[in-house]
Amino acid sequence: MFGKKRVAIVGAGVTLFRRNLKETGKELSYEAAKTALEVAGLELRDIKSVVMGSAPDAFDGVHMKGEYLADGAGAYHKPYTRVFVGGGTGVFTPLAGWWHVASGQFDTCLVVCEEKMSSCYPHPQYAFTTIFDPILERPIGMNLIWIFALEMNRYMHKHNIKKEDIALVSVKNKRNALDNPIAQLAANITVEDVLNSEIMAWPVQRLDVSPTSDGAAAVVLASEDVAKEVTDNPVWIDGVGWCIDSTHWTDRDLYYPDYVECAAKMAYKMAGIKNPPKEIDLAEPYDPFDYKELHHMEGLLLCKKGEAPKLTREGVTQRDGDLPTCPSGGLLGCGNPIAAAGLMKVCEIFWQLRGEAGKRQIPGDPRTGVAQAWGDLMQYGSVIVLRR
Amino acid sequence: MTEVAIVGVGCVGFRQITPELSYKELMYEAAVKAYEDAGGINPRKDVDVFVTCAEDYLEGFSIFDEFVPDQLGAALRHLFTVSGDGMLGLATAYMLIKTGQFDTVVVEAHSKASDILTYMDIVAFGLDPIFNRPLGGHPYYVAGMEMNRYMHDTCTTMEQCASVVVKNKKNAILNPYAAYGAGVTIDQVLCSETCFYPLKKLEISNPADGCVVMVLASENVAEKLTDKPVWVKGVGWCTETPSLETMDWTKAVYTRLAAEMAYKTAKISNPLKEIDFAEIHDLFAYKELQHMEALKLCDYGEAGKLTEQGLTALDGEFPVNPSGGLLGMGYGLEASGMQKLLEVVLQLRGEAGKRQIQDAEVGLAHTWRGIPTTTGVVAVLSNKK
Amino acid sequence: MRYYQSEAVETKDIKEGKIPTEKFRPKAKFAWSAGIAISRFLEELKNGKIIATTCSKCGRIMVPPRIYCEKCFKPADGWKYVKDTGVINTFSVSFLAADASRLKEPIVVAIINLDGASEGMGIVHRIEEYGDWREVKIGMKVKAVWKPPEERTGAITDIAYFKPIRE
Repeated sequence: MFGKKRVAIVGAGVTLFRRNLKETGKELSYEAAKTALEVAGLELRDIKSVVMGSAPDAFDGVHMKGEYLADGAGAYHKPYTRVFVGGGTGVFTPLAGWWHVASGQFDTCLVVCEEKMSSCYPHPQYAFTTIFDPILERPIGMNLIWIFALEMNRYMHKHNIKKEDIALVSVKNKRNALDNPIAQLAANITVEDVLNSEIMAWPVQRLDVSPTSDGAAAVVLASEDVAKEVTDNPVWIDGVGWCIDSTHWTDRDLYYPDYVECAAKMAYKMAGIKNPPKEIDLAEPYDPFDYKELHHMEGLLLCKKGEAPKLTREGVTQRDGDLPTCPSGGLLGCGNPIAAAGLMKVCEIFWQLRGEAGKRQIPGDPRTGVAQAWGDLMQYGSVIVLRR
Repeated sequence: MTEVAIVGVGCVGFRQITPELSYKELMYEAAVKAYEDAGGINPRKDVDVFVTCAEDYLEGFSIFDEFVPDQLGAALRHLFTVSGDGMLGLATAYMLIKTGQFDTVVVEAHSKASDILTYMDIVAFGLDPIFNRPLGGHPYYVAGMEMNRYMHDTCTTMEQCASVVVKNKKNAILNPYAAYGAGVTIDQVLCSETCFYPLKKLEISNPADGCVVMVLASENVAEKLTDKPVWVKGVGWCTETPSLETMDWTKAVYTRLAAEMAYKTAKISNPLKEIDFAEIHDLFAYKELQHMEALKLCDYGEAGKLTEQGLTALDGEFPVNPSGGLLGMGYGLEASGMQKLLEVVLQLRGEAGKRQIQDAEVGLAHTWRGIPTTTGVVAVLSNKK
Repeated sequence: MRYYQSEAVETKDIKEGKIPTEKFRPKAKFAWSAGIAISRFLEELKNGKIIATTCSKCGRIMVPPRIYCEKCFKPADGWKYVKDTGVINTFSVSFLAADASRLKEPIVVAIINLDGASEGMGIVHRIEEYGDWREVKIGMKVKAVWKPPEERTGAITDIAYFKPIRE
């Protein structure tokens, strides 16, 4: 037991993930929040605090977009905070919700993540050109795909990994997404399709990458007392972890995410997990790029360094494998509305543990799941451990 | 349940400009001071969580979080960003410690306003993109509208609003952390240019650069680190509405709701009696008056009169903004709540120098996120557990 | 699972104005103070030199320079020049511009671990004069190609690019 109070997820809701949605960011926040509240069987008046997660303001095109989104997220006249850790935000936001309840300050917390990337013209990628150091890096013309490519190349080099093995992740996740009604890029593709797709920034090719998307997700958190009143199927937040590495990413060896390991260890310690591969039944590691799923499985200590491609090749990470990974279809299959995509992973674990994942339901009565997101300059890890 | 205390503070600034330091170096200097003040802790091992409070467009980055850890000693440690005022960081640290999982939490907020060449365009970029922004104009017209309605509803006079400026700029002369201390008269304020009718130029706080870092700790740790802990007795925060079309234009509802939450936790029933002084958000002079009322320190519509009568002067019965407020210290953007907290901590430790309020035991800090928001935070602090 | 059937629209319909939009270009301009460490670094680039700071506690020679050691959390102790040669730690070959349009000639970008700095420390920069991009390898030795002194402005681009050292 940790925290003053045990905290449960009692409701979850998501919107469609699409390249363009007609809804504004406020409207998307509302749709996800309303859906999650309905699942929880609660009204907005039962909600005592609200936490928002959303990535750069440059997407929505509003300064202080947390403030702008407040009413859509149900925060009218309520204690409301926005947290922001780059791409790690989606899994981090429910951690912030956790301390709102675990501290004993509030019985309930509504956690909403929103992303409206399509507002950014001419392309959402433009928003990423300002994530770099303005003096040392922006003048070189840095963009987001480059840094992923640098990391992927280093990872492949260090462990002598072939692109074919990495492509398997894209194949798996896009196929898993065929069973997910919100998915943007579900498809039956082959390893050859990935290897023959357009080269964006070597070694990154078009089908290695998740798309930009609009979307929102929400979960309702409740203290143990409230949770037991409103549902027979609470899903407990048993471990939370987060970590940031140094800003100086050019001084670090990018082959391994130390920050994910640090975050995972924090969460596992709270959850009392000593042997992650044995004690964890399913995982939703962050997969904006296919190699990232592998990188993050290693950081989450679900396998040894450099071993994730082998597990993938052997089918261990398929839905019917020993360690189902990204059964939702992940970002590669569902789309990547950044903060919403991270929270969607938490929602997926919630559905899987409650046996409500429909066609995507993994066999074997899963009890423990872990979701993780990554962010900043290859720098941030956020991890949540959920149990039935 | 553990109590929560502020055990260390460090401040650099506030000054009109700081061209000699990068934002990282500004933060490093404030952090070093705070860790030294907290009994010489080593952030590489003695701090459980770091919270930074920043907004991307005030920094010129898409993900400012990236650039924070090193200068706070937080590389490969547990840090995150709250996109908000430093006092939302205080609220966050308070909750983290209350979970019983964390003993020491560092909160940082800063302003490098002088690095922003188009500050008012960025404020305007915060307006609703469809309803309000296309109307154009300087975004502070929102403050002019609010001041007008507030004066209309409460019969507060121009002179009463101006008296806030006179008081705060005078207090700031005594504060080494203040950038805009001055002796001005009510006439001078009233004769200054009308910028956003009825708001006068001298009634608007000017931006300033600076950084404040604070160390918070649980009861057990606090008493080991310092013999002058300042206890957080209660904290409350609230967002009213982002919609200018929906907000209340006279009563600062966000502040009233935040205060009710903080007072409930701190078990305060008569704030004016039970609290000794307050640091209140005064980005615009009328806001100090409006916020005093929302904080229930006086009746609705009374704040102007009481200020004119000297109740809130440094030597009055209930000093408000002994630091000089934002009108006197300069507006530290997302650090403005930390400016408020800093003064409360210094006063409660008896370290406020010539501004010291005798026998101060309970202080209030209040912040607001500025135009166009309706988000406020209130904290009640005490030097008695 | 429960989801909301949001309304998807086509990019083409937005571009053709069938979906109402409000356009706005933010005016956000900044002049970041470079600070103590990076100001010196930029001044030295103008002289054709790369400078690092050092930490006496962990012994690191840190580039890009900083006034504090983030590992030890103490002030950096001194300045030290490092070489303008190094080794490619990792690289990428970019075929797309920032707006996702296709480039005629790809750009090779690399993290370069500089000789004389502590192991694994370096900067990010472009690689040119590499011949065929398939010839670029991790571990390859490279050297800075400087702009002529009169064209240098005290910017990271005073180094025009790095080029492979053929042995």
